[in-house]
Amino acid sequence: MARIIDRASGLGAQTTPEFEAQGEAWKQASQTGKARRGPGSGAVDRTISDVPLKTVYTPQDVEHLDLARDLAYPGGYPYTRGLHSNGYRDRLWTMRQFAGFGTARQTNERYHFLLEQGQTGLSVAFDMPTLMGYDSDAPQARGEVGRCGVAIDSLADMETLFDGIDMGAITTSMTINGPAAIALAQYVAAAEKKGISRRVLGGTVQADILKEYIAQKEWIFPPRPHMRIIVDMIQFCTTEMPRWNTISISGYHIREAGSTAAQELAFTLADGFAYVEACVAVGMDVDSFAPRLSYFFNSHIDFFEEIAKFRAARRIYARHMRERYGAKDPRSWQLRFHTQTAGCSATAQQPENNIVRVAYEAMAAVLGGTQSLHTNSMDEVHALPTEKSAEIALRTQQVLAYETNVTNVVDPLGGSYFIEALTDEMEREAEAYFTQIAEYGGVIEAIEAGFFQKEIAEASYRYQRSIESKDRVIVGVNAFAKEEESGDFERLRITQETEVQQARSVQDVRGNRDANAVRTSLERLQRACRDPKDNVMPHLIDCVNAYCTEGEIVDAMVEIYGRYVERSVF
Amino acid sequence: MRARPLRIIVAKAGLDGHDRGAKVIARALRDAGMEVIYTGLFQTPEQIVQTAIQEDADGIGLSILSGAHMTLFPLVVEQLKAQDAGDVVFFGGGTIPPEDVAELKRLGVREIFTPGAPLQEIVDFIERECGKHRELVG
Repeated sequence: MARIIDRASGLGAQTTPEFEAQGEAWKQASQTGKARRGPGSGAVDRTISDVPLKTVYTPQDVEHLDLARDLAYPGGYPYTRGLHSNGYRDRLWTMRQFAGFGTARQTNERYHFLLEQGQTGLSVAFDMPTLMGYDSDAPQARGEVGRCGVAIDSLADMETLFDGIDMGAITTSMTINGPAAIALAQYVAAAEKKGISRRVLGGTVQADILKEYIAQKEWIFPPRPHMRIIVDMIQFCTTEMPRWNTISISGYHIREAGSTAAQELAFTLADGFAYVEACVAVGMDVDSFAPRLSYFFNSHIDFFEEIAKFRAARRIYARHMRERYGAKDPRSWQLRFHTQTAGCSATAQQPENNIVRVAYEAMAAVLGGTQSLHTNSMDEVHALPTEKSAEIALRTQQVLAYETNVTNVVDPLGGSYFIEALTDEMEREAEAYFTQIAEYGGVIEAIEAGFFQKEIAEASYRYQRSIESKDRVIVGVNAFAKEEESGDFERLRITQETEVQQARSVQDVRGNRDANAVRTSLERLQRACRDPKDNVMPHLIDCVNAYCTEGEIVDAMVEIYGRYVERSVF
Repeated sequence: MRARPLRIIVAKAGLDGHDRGAKVIARALRDAGMEVIYTGLFQTPEQIVQTAIQEDADGIGLSILSGAHMTLFPLVVEQLKAQDAGDVVFFGGGTIPPEDVAELKRLGVREIFTPGAPLQEIVDFIERECGKHRELVG
């Protein structure tokens, strides 16, 4: 029977009897098809996140969508189609490659190289001891110094890291969370020593502690004091650092820990809303800080699902910021995000294949409208990238930006029945999670109950099972594998020498400073930690300028706040 | 017939928070009928070996993805010897380059599973090797 969809404002077009008849014919032909694809045919009817998929999407799948309410135009609320009216025509995304290893001097050299190659922003990767608040000579640091990133123990290292780099002209992203406020204090102090005002500094510090408890596990203090420090930092930046993006609320690590796309989306936005609520609770006007919040997502290998996720993220965020938090400034409604290709999609086997995976994932991020992008290097499964593989990763972005022409039309997939239906499905799943989180009483309560951790562990185990059963194919791993893996490609090695050298240098710093200034600045910091009306940021800058090491500052704060211990679930 | 199921410690050491693999392995071993004790994060080699002894474990699986494997694996081997628990089957996994795998095996780590290793292979290894251990200690 013919059905006329009478929705003048809807996305679903009017169907005609002829089109309906074509639909019936397709249905019959489709049902007589036989699965004969071989490997991987067990999962053709769902995304890698187990979202069910139809064989084909038609106007009927989007007939409930309202053009003005749900899509609008690029640059207009609810921003489903992007934040900018002209998309990438006016401005490409920022190519921001995450880098850091060994000592500050070694990383500084890599930064100079990357800037000379045309990279437009820096992104600092810190080593594990720095991320966890330990100095390089601490017993907990053994074996870890300079391995996953650069070791920064004190202001002296931060000064070396930016030696010869104009901190007023570049933007810097620092991926650090537990000690984020300390790293920011070091960055401000290093710039001010060069005569560059904190008011002109541009960049971001990740500082998203909630996702640490949920997924990445680099915490120091328990959630509540950590939240207080973050609110202090946001307040400080709002008045003192107008160009600084205060926090980068991250789904990347949630996804890497094994979540689905919808979980990444929902948990990240829930974290974002928790920060908004925490700032509002201390009396801040939502429009005073919201325009400087930014987000960070993963781009995984399921191409369309990722694009739908990015589009849904903007729409959900805009709606909540305007309707739930009463933001009036359109900039507060706009979800700006950085994207990194999925480390967990890379394979150790046949590592060159990762170049191809990264290229698809990068394209999904760009079709989803990302503001900046990191493309992983092919060898990151084995070790930190070599200069060669880091260059290929950057060139992958440049080919995408300058050769493929995907940047010439804004949101080119907008209006696709499939993309719009999947975008809508992402939003629906995210809203369902928001309801569940609210039932726990909020994000912190849900963390304490192990809710997120359990959801992610379930999803990751389900995914692994689908690989084991070969329902899903990973090329070079469970299909198309080669018997002999050579494994003899070039690899960046961090020597034990780095650890010895860095331990010596932090000891030198301790030996050559005003001990009195160290003691009094740490005491003032502790007083500020005890006084919820004070702000810890100016005190942290004082500590840093007195060359207190990161470990000393963290220890002083742990005396007040304690260290967090997780209740492990698997 | 064994008196009780194999008992395996799944451990995370150092400052490495990457626990996705460890948790997947823990569940897979449990699904294969083993008793699994997951240590949680940030354990020292001393704590891991202590846990294995207290729990009378047949094996320890250590997961490291931070690059600190050449420091932490040997420390666990050392502790096992020092605590007179050298018969506990010690294996591991993570992002570990082939040449380091060879060196770690030489130092006494029984097996290293790298990314892409099928869960079944890990289960089979543990059943075979820890089963021997169980027969030995009764």
